[in-house]
Amino acid sequence: MTDPGTTTPAHTHEGADGSHTHGDADASQAPTAPARPKLAVWKFASCDGCQLSLLNCEDELLSIAGAVHIAYFPEATRAVVEGPYELSLVEGSITTPEDVKRIHEIRAQSGTLVTIGACATAGGIQALRNWADVDEYRSIVYAHPEYLSTLDTSTGIASHVDVDYELRGCPVDKSQLVEVLAAFLGGRKPRIPTYSVCVECKLKGNVCVPIASGQPCLGPVTQAGCGALCPSYGRGCYGCFGPQDSTNTDSLTHQLRKLGMRWDDIVRVYRTFNAGAPEFEAASNKVAAGGAS
Amino acid sequence: MTHQLKDGGQVLNVGMLARVEGEGGMHIEIKDRKVVSVKLNIFEPPRFYEGFLRGRKYTEPPDITARICGICPVAYQSASTEAMETICGVTTTAEIQLMRRLLYCGEWIESHSLHIFMLHAPDFLGYDSVLEMAKDHADVVNMALRLKKAGNDVMELVGGRAIHPVNVKVGGFYRMPTLTELEGLKPDLERGLEDALAAVQLVSTFDFPEMEQDYNYVSLRHPDWYPLERGTEIVATSGVRFPVAQVGEHIKEFHVEHSNALHASFDGEKYFVGPLARYSLNFDQLSPRCQEAALKAGLGETCRNPFKSIIVRTVELAYAFEEALRIIDLWTDGHAPSVPVAPRAGEGIGASEAPRGTIWHRYKIDADGVILDAQIVPPTSQNQASIEADLRLAAEQWVDLDDHTLSHRCETAIRNYDPCISCATHFLDLRIKRS
Repeated sequence: MTDPGTTTPAHTHEGADGSHTHGDADASQAPTAPARPKLAVWKFASCDGCQLSLLNCEDELLSIAGAVHIAYFPEATRAVVEGPYELSLVEGSITTPEDVKRIHEIRAQSGTLVTIGACATAGGIQALRNWADVDEYRSIVYAHPEYLSTLDTSTGIASHVDVDYELRGCPVDKSQLVEVLAAFLGGRKPRIPTYSVCVECKLKGNVCVPIASGQPCLGPVTQAGCGALCPSYGRGCYGCFGPQDSTNTDSLTHQLRKLGMRWDDIVRVYRTFNAGAPEFEAASNKVAAGGAS
Repeated sequence: MTHQLKDGGQVLNVGMLARVEGEGGMHIEIKDRKVVSVKLNIFEPPRFYEGFLRGRKYTEPPDITARICGICPVAYQSASTEAMETICGVTTTAEIQLMRRLLYCGEWIESHSLHIFMLHAPDFLGYDSVLEMAKDHADVVNMALRLKKAGNDVMELVGGRAIHPVNVKVGGFYRMPTLTELEGLKPDLERGLEDALAAVQLVSTFDFPEMEQDYNYVSLRHPDWYPLERGTEIVATSGVRFPVAQVGEHIKEFHVEHSNALHASFDGEKYFVGPLARYSLNFDQLSPRCQEAALKAGLGETCRNPFKSIIVRTVELAYAFEEALRIIDLWTDGHAPSVPVAPRAGEGIGASEAPRGTIWHRYKIDADGVILDAQIVPPTSQNQASIEADLRLAAEQWVDLDDHTLSHRCETAIRNYDPCISCATHFLDLRIKRS
């Protein structure tokens, strides 16, 4: 790990050749216009998919760039504008000692902090290390594990700092991302459903996958948001939006057993992209201990 | 940022590279107008995929390894499904292969459009970002957004989702799209093909620095078509060629201190994967229209100037549109979405051409389909040594430029590779002996 602290804007002046002021040009020419809130997009351990969801808003991107001042977003721009930032979007989970420090610095210079996606919200797939011996992982993957600096756990952002809003999904749904931005600009709460994927299936008129084909489905315990994608393609939900507000995982575990699943298969079903979400973590631990249903 | 050292040396340091996927920096030290050291520093934290794939089932890698990268998930899905099907001795149908190629076309279109216009073109046109570029080049940016969206539309229909598609499984797909659904994509794909062909000419007018090296290009090769979702052998400019199954005998990985991504060598030497390699080794397999567009844009049948990778990428973008249309025109309804794949103990390799270069996966599974060992070799890690060699040459060649211009040119040299840094940081080579 070499100096990731340089990724905070306080230390990042690569674009400081005058170029970083480009984004301010509009405001200086139109002093009567209300200042656009400064947006920063940060990345921790992750695949970039949730940030890409922002760039995938092809129909809305230029409008978004007109409504907020994109002040820090290395994936998209070299320009760096110093904080504080009215809105920070944070992707990725905390997996290194340096990143623990960095998220505190980001929190300190952010008005509103929103996590985007399963890694930032629940530690992501890399939270599977939380059940493993990380020293062993390190030596399996790397010839020189001593070169690495990493934590034994992968945790969501809220385990380290206060978070104003968590947007679920692996990846986030881009229309939900636009809704969160619109809500921030409008000074209101985002309208994001908290019911289960089952409701989305019913709304779409999907046939119930586990009942019709016996495939396991996490829909009953998973928060809506994807539009019931997997069942619409004939497969069971694999829970990439994480647990809904109030889940009954014991009941689902019981149903999965009735479908003929082995205990170890049920453990793996709960331990995927939201393995570190408390409800899925508890359900998987309970099954692993042989205690469920 | 540039530092003057007390001893008269000079350091070019970019702590955080912009407009690349993932987190990395570069460090170049110059003394007495000589380049003393060059480092591509990848500090993206490791995520240990090869570690936690152990103990998972043979059916899981398409979903799990997709999460390595939000920009090229299909590359991971394709290589992992092919590896598992190879191990289990299963051959899928021609229709499943065609649909995989169509999905891959969607990824190439989405990823290449993103890189060409949003990450790379701002370097040539003098902007910090595509959003600034939009103020002066609205037509180009609107075209770029349209092209990218056309790729995402293919991924959403065929894959179920543009990022981390849900419709891919070992053995094929959960559901085949219908001909009617596919035909709905055609108007945007037809427009995209015309736009992409025009874009080839557009990007060819950029001002390209003169820089060439004798790279050893490495790419997949297929006897019937330009390599994309699969190939039958791996070929190199050096003349070496071998079946995909033997890749581990030629490509070796090793760990260096300044990077969280493993480096790799091909027969002991550095090598280069990606659009320039594919193009230079498979020009004959491009469609006549794309060959013509390439030659008209001033490219030869091989290209050794890494800055011109943006033209090659745009030729490939046009090709992906053409292929997507060809596949839809061939399509008929009524094909089974998948073939059954029962596990059997063994080891196997799957390879495909991610937008930024050859990717290969090797898995070992037991008779119940439990993964015993996994190795994933994405393109950016393979290219690290080439990237550093380009940086060294760029710094030597342009040492007299002012610091800002030199630094910017070095950053552009890195972006030539469209490096995918998240992909690169999770390597494995169990064959390296530790003391």
